[in-house]
Amino acid sequence: MKEEGLELIKGGKRLDGRSFDELRQIRIEVGVLKRADGSCYFELGDNKVIAAVYGPREMHPRHAQDAKMAVLKYRYNMAPFSVDERKRPGPDRRSVEISKVSREALEPVIIKEYYPKTEIDVYVEILQSDAGTRTAGINAASVALADAGIPMKDLVSSVAVGKIDGEIVLDLNAVEDNYGEADMPVAMIARRNAITAIQMDGCMTRSEFEKGLKMAMNACQKIYELQRTALIERYSEM
Amino acid sequence: MGLEIMDDVRRDYIYDLVRGGRREDGRAFLDYREIKVERDIIKRAEGSARVKMGNTEVLVGVKLEPGEPFPDSPDKGVIITNAELVPLASPEFEPGPPNEDSVQLARVVDRGIRGSEAIDLDKLCIEEGEKVWIVFIDIHVLDNDGNLVDAAALGAIASLLNVRIPNERYGLDGGEETMVLSNKPVAVTMVDIGGEILVDPNYNEEKAALSGLTVISNPDGTISALQKYGNGSLSEDAVTEMVEIGIEKAGELRRTFLEP
Repeated sequence: MKEEGLELIKGGKRLDGRSFDELRQIRIEVGVLKRADGSCYFELGDNKVIAAVYGPREMHPRHAQDAKMAVLKYRYNMAPFSVDERKRPGPDRRSVEISKVSREALEPVIIKEYYPKTEIDVYVEILQSDAGTRTAGINAASVALADAGIPMKDLVSSVAVGKIDGEIVLDLNAVEDNYGEADMPVAMIARRNAITAIQMDGCMTRSEFEKGLKMAMNACQKIYELQRTALIERYSEM
Repeated sequence: MGLEIMDDVRRDYIYDLVRGGRREDGRAFLDYREIKVERDIIKRAEGSARVKMGNTEVLVGVKLEPGEPFPDSPDKGVIITNAELVPLASPEFEPGPPNEDSVQLARVVDRGIRGSEAIDLDKLCIEEGEKVWIVFIDIHVLDNDGNLVDAAALGAIASLLNVRIPNERYGLDGGEETMVLSNKPVAVTMVDIGGEILVDPNYNEEKAALSGLTVISNPDGTISALQKYGNGSLSEDAVTEMVEIGIEKAGELRRTFLEP
């Protein structure tokens, strides 16, 4: 897969100067959209992602309603201009799968029993992509759900780890993702160390996997603190 | 509505059994159901396999067609994996375009094959930048009694073991040629029921469980894909234990069904 001579690690540092377990710069803004019930703008390095939450609202079609609880929906969508080669608008197989996995990452914290027969819609738009968009989307969605006042047991935090030049590293950027050997996005409830999403593709040994999982779990603690701080700041302003 | 109540009753039943160390069909927690793999059963396909895992039945067919390479890999063949959950296989499946379950099934199987580099894409180039072999792996589910991923992944590799490259059909040189398979990834799916890990969940167990994990691993013990399912969460210990079990069980399946 890799081009000859392209080194992703030089002198113990990655191409963008980060160390192996260093996150990219994160910026979080809460309540950025007027019409949505809750929203969040999330930057992870060069990823720019916005999440909006609508609901709980009456579910249509009615036969899809759940008499006991709300139905959570999640739509991950890439803007056509978010990637180098224009992405054809609309859902493709990748975004269908990411939407499912992301929804399942958030389900464990949402108290859906409070709102039977309703739906809660989460819309995530990827405006600019630089690898790790699904994790940025989950982080944004989690904050947007809290901003919408949806009853939640906790926040969900997410990050990817991967393997480049044989090393396990945190939070791959696009170059590392393209030329790396493995990618493993993880989402978790940081305060309970409960993993709510994990995917992996590429090639990893068991010990690399265990090292990567620990690295991702540590980073999720940091992301959780940033999400929490952003929410507190937003609501202490008011 | 009535069905939902039955789901609750069944879920309680499954959990009660597991608490007592048992499973609905009498298996031990780490046992597979009886597995049967039949290869080369579809004459028109370049490779095929029918996998029965208990009452779950999946048919996989592999077809090769010449086509255009991707611009960023002009000298490499292409793999396209697709899964159809046809309505014949379950009262819950409906006709229509792929839904998130069929997309996920196909993509997880695809990632296992891709990550392990089982198919040597460099060898599937016909004319650089112009023409390469497209390998279509089509998963046709016939009966869904749970754990479609493991059955489909096993069927995919079993089908790929002996793929005849259809040079003659497309007027290409090369004569009788077999596609080389350079790795044998095997998927093992587990669910967590009340803190216990169960391998190869049947339909009822799959529905009752809050979380599950598929581990796709190779003969050298490396992992080429992971996928967590469901609305629950898993502890770090549960995930690492599942990975360990997954690698071990994959070895057993490989020795039994994929060795010549």
